Amino acid sequence: MSAAITLPARVERRKTREGFGRALVALGERDPRIVVLVGDLSESTMVNLFAERFPERFIEVGIAEQNMTGIAAGLAAAGKIPFFATYGAFASCRAADQLRVTVAYTNLNVKIGGAHGGISVGQDGATHQAMEEIAIVRSIPNLQMVVPCDYWEAYRATIAAAARPGPVYIRFGREDVPVVTAEDTPFTFGRGEVFAEGHDLTVVACGVMVYEALRAREALLERGVAARVVDLHTLKPLDTGLLERCARETGAIVTAEEHQVNGGLGGAVAEAIVRSHPVPMEFVAVMDRFGRSGRPDELMDAFGLRAKDIVAAAGRVLERKRR
Amino acid sequence: MNPDIARVTDARDAHRAGRLGWPAERLRAKALEIRRDIITMLVQSQSGHTGGPLSVADFGTALFFHELNVDPRDPAWPERDFWHFSIGHVTPVIYSLMAERGYFPRRDLMQFRSFAGHLQGHPSHHDTPGIEVSSGSLGQGLSVCSGVAMAARIDRHPRRVYCVMGDGEQQEGQVWEAAMFAGHRRLDNLCAVIDYNRKQIDGDVEEICGIGPLADKWRAFRWNAIEVDGHDLDAILAAFAAARAHRDAPTVILAHTVMGKGVPFMEDDHRWHGKPPGPAEGERALRELGTTFAEWSARLLGADTDPDVVPAGGGAR
Repeated sequence: MSAAITLPARVERRKTREGFGRALVALGERDPRIVVLVGDLSESTMVNLFAERFPERFIEVGIAEQNMTGIAAGLAAAGKIPFFATYGAFASCRAADQLRVTVAYTNLNVKIGGAHGGISVGQDGATHQAMEEIAIVRSIPNLQMVVPCDYWEAYRATIAAAARPGPVYIRFGREDVPVVTAEDTPFTFGRGEVFAEGHDLTVVACGVMVYEALRAREALLERGVAARVVDLHTLKPLDTGLLERCARETGAIVTAEEHQVNGGLGGAVAEAIVRSHPVPMEFVAVMDRFGRSGRPDELMDAFGLRAKDIVAAAGRVLERKRR
Repeated sequence: MNPDIARVTDARDAHRAGRLGWPAERLRAKALEIRRDIITMLVQSQSGHTGGPLSVADFGTALFFHELNVDPRDPAWPERDFWHFSIGHVTPVIYSLMAERGYFPRRDLMQFRSFAGHLQGHPSHHDTPGIEVSSGSLGQGLSVCSGVAMAARIDRHPRRVYCVMGDGEQQEGQVWEAAMFAGHRRLDNLCAVIDYNRKQIDGDVEEICGIGPLADKWRAFRWNAIEVDGHDLDAILAAFAAARAHRDAPTVILAHTVMGKGVPFMEDDHRWHGKPPGPAEGERALRELGTTFAEWSARLLGADTDPDVVPAGGGAR
């Protein structure tokens, strides 16, 4: 089934975390096992929507992310399906050991909502711009991970995570981001979606960089280059079959992510295609440095996370492909 | 009395068919067997912790053979109490208690820490039936138990939740996050037991980073704190009963113990925290406990014919 995406002239913008918050309410309506925890960030993570609807299944833990991770583990051990929400920096880094030993090693049915991922968090600066989550989460056995690209995908990913046995980490951003999918765009956990066809190269992206990839594709088309765009929302388990097919059919890959270059989406894709069908690759990512304060748009520009950066990377990778 | 509480109390009594309720005298005899198991396992594996398991042996036996409402033949029995060792390194006593209670055959103990066996160095849910949540990184267990206690409250389930912690472990910050949470939420279905043996790997707890006054700290976190001699089985049973009766606050039992208890040359010596006895030391320890390695390993490898493994109420449940 094709999930072809065409960007309209004027793109609606919504928050991915709102998709998370609304999906939790929908899940709460249909399944009494759903419990939501938060670490003093109800509005930021938008779990306040669930709290208003199901106060008896909402647990405000306070500012204690390690404890919250453990409480969620206990709830899961008792048969609940707990979703806990905090900033990604705290969910992934501060509570990494709790995720590893208590949640993942036991393979508990805990769902982690990591809000405020990426440089686009903006003015809060480096401490709150989570850009190591993919590397940490995908290195831990049993942990699964989704990075939705927009509001609707965040909604669908949250619904899908509840049905998925075992621990799942869902990464969200802070800002309103372009809505590129529709309510009925296909979403299968563990499968990437081809959002635009092309034969010259493949741009594999996740999160808000999917939108930038679609914009880059338009710019490349003007130069006579047809780029395939893959929305690789699930980082783990990785859709290695799709990646091998893209490598084989297009012969070059550019990855794009709002995350550190080390160990992120680019690393995951490289590990996969090196084993199946190696092709020239380029990485659009944060180049091993901490973020800083600024407006989200100026930070995305300064850190090289724009469509133009994907276009430039495409130029480099195509040059190597031609050799 | 609040009618809700009265109803829950009745339900507790009606659902406790998996509780053995052994008297202190019988527990004392079982605790001696547990200590023999521990030394035998460690001599066999030549790897693992000795001191802590021996200090836990008495109140651990009281927990498993008197207090806990569980069905080892059906570890997922929905009515069961939840037990969890936040101190994952005391696996010799955990596995011995589990085997003696009937979770798995005693002969499995002879494969402790081996690649071929299912008894990992630290408790693993994936490998061992009855281990509900894996542990081994200190400080995390009370959070897990608070989550289970919250789930029971949401479901109005009468189960009780027991968390065993160490005294050195009190140095971990997460313990106090969980203590603050459980105290704030008045989780009276939660009971923590601290193996207060005053030793940790590098030496004396009070010299390394003092945790006292420990009972006062827990009370400040809105817990019911009870101090007992952790080797006095009558006192331990009384403390468990008091914890069960206490309303509107979780209970912590500070079990004052002696590291290495039961084997005189190991007692109160931190060097026995993390190492196993060699074969000669093990033989000496087992002699102190009234057996030999040959005798006790043969017992472990023999058939499990002991009626101890059948829960109270037998087939009635």
